[in-house]
Amino acid sequence: MVDATSLSEPELTESRPRGGRLATLFRRSESLRGYALLSPTLAVMALAMCAPTAMMVALSFWVQSGFDITMTFTLDNYAKVFTNPIFEALFLRTLMISGTCALATVLISYPMAYYVAFHVHRRKLAWVIMMTLPFWTSYLLRVFSWKVVLGYNGAINSGLMSLGLISEPLEFLLYSPEAVIITLAHAWAAFAILPIYVSLEKIDRSLLEAAADLGDGAVARFLRITLPLSMPGVIAALLLIFIPTFGDFVTPALVGGPDGMMLANIVQKMFGKLNDWPLGSALAISMMIIVSIMCGGLIWVTRQIKERAI
Amino acid sequence: MSAGGYMHRPNRPLMVYAIGYLAFLYMPILLLPLFSFNDAIYIAFPLKAFTTQWYQQMFANDAMHAALMNSVQVGVSASVLATILGIFGAKAVTRFRIKGVKPVLGVVMLPLVIPPIIMGVALLILLSQMGIPLSLITVTVGHVLICVPFSIVTLMASFEGFDKSMEEAAADLGDNAWWIFWRVTFPMVFPGILASLLLCFTISFDEFIMAFFLAGTDPTLPIFIYGQLRFPQKLPGVLALGTCIVAVTFTVVFLAQWLRGRGPTAPKTEGN
Repeated sequence: MVDATSLSEPELTESRPRGGRLATLFRRSESLRGYALLSPTLAVMALAMCAPTAMMVALSFWVQSGFDITMTFTLDNYAKVFTNPIFEALFLRTLMISGTCALATVLISYPMAYYVAFHVHRRKLAWVIMMTLPFWTSYLLRVFSWKVVLGYNGAINSGLMSLGLISEPLEFLLYSPEAVIITLAHAWAAFAILPIYVSLEKIDRSLLEAAADLGDGAVARFLRITLPLSMPGVIAALLLIFIPTFGDFVTPALVGGPDGMMLANIVQKMFGKLNDWPLGSALAISMMIIVSIMCGGLIWVTRQIKERAI
Repeated sequence: MSAGGYMHRPNRPLMVYAIGYLAFLYMPILLLPLFSFNDAIYIAFPLKAFTTQWYQQMFANDAMHAALMNSVQVGVSASVLATILGIFGAKAVTRFRIKGVKPVLGVVMLPLVIPPIIMGVALLILLSQMGIPLSLITVTVGHVLICVPFSIVTLMASFEGFDKSMEEAAADLGDNAWWIFWRVTFPMVFPGILASLLLCFTISFDEFIMAFFLAGTDPTLPIFIYGQLRFPQKLPGVLALGTCIVAVTFTVVFLAQWLRGRGPTAPKTEGN
């Protein structure tokens, strides 16, 4: 704190002649002063992100022996990650679940965002707050509430039974990959709504008027103007949902059952019961790399399509 | 706005869809209060009778009280620290034109795009290698990390429309930098700062994954709840507790949004 106050002082006392060449340079360069003010935040964040990551990378090349970790370089952990069929199946299932979840959430949220952006004219802010409010309540409670909805004795089963529509609880509701997808879609809905809404709101309405004047119908207007211009929001939404759901272990643990287990569950176990931190690190890093590749791929593909279109 | 007439036509199917979507968002959460007043150990329809026994049980639970206090302590420390870091970040970015600031800012925003389990595990590894015991302090560190990006985004909105000439006037009148911040900047961006504090507190208070890896023997409230979920007989108590948390969170977030909307340059969203 001391640092930032004293650093911004030269600028404010410019009339007073002061210090050597460095001070002059500092006074002249806006960027330098900006970085000085940014430095406490930047230092804390960079240190807190880089040091643990570096340590995790190092650990992934070491070996766990009993309760100790032997610091000899080895690629064994990565070999295990890429040859063990269980991990391969988990990777594929995790990709399937979080990919489906991201796509489904974007698909169901798009019309909602569209409605608020184009058809709500009064109290827009209230609508936006209403759509995002559930997101702020405890994640754990939102997941738990789906257990209440889908459970063996849950709201759907007991509701249908007391209405006499079914005689036995539907068992497939809970503890399945589908339950995980529904729960995650609900939990991350705000991350789809907001970016899509913002990109729709930004669209210049006169473009739509021009298209209408030139004879485009509603469908053509949507496909040729609204949809392409809202793509940045759609891509952002896909990424914002895919990334965190790929690393979630709470939802699969609570509503997934054995068939709904995901990668993060095994990572969590490696740092808990299974007590193999190096293998856990290797798994976590592989996860990170796969997420980055998927996201980079998505961004690259959309850029290619955009360039082709122009 | 200059929207064409065809856009003002109400779209009924879309409106029905929107209402259905909101129902999908709120229905599961609203089941918590519904069943929390139900006099039955099993969470199932049909509802039996009205009771407040689950609330009484919960309020009498000492472990819950301890966990609640832990969460409040972590939430307050994390939100204050994250907001201080956020003020530096947001002020620097909005006050100065900084060359090459985008990738640098990207580093600060990284926690938004890294799965929290990876950050939690990585911090856990570092702490254990350094021999630092897990405690509420380590949880706070983790929470500051995830709160800073949210704080910066919230504060940037409030700093952005801030009138530079106010600060310049104060400087011309001979105030020093710290005094200017305290007397001029702070009062003007106060709603933004309060909003950031509230949002960071909410995030920290609800955060589970990082806390799961970084908490020692003192559990935070979400960790306490997660522990309770394993026992079916404890579930009604969780419903009661969950209802209280949802009620408080809704109030706090509403307050934060309202405060943000009252900032010096808040866009007038109403009625356009």
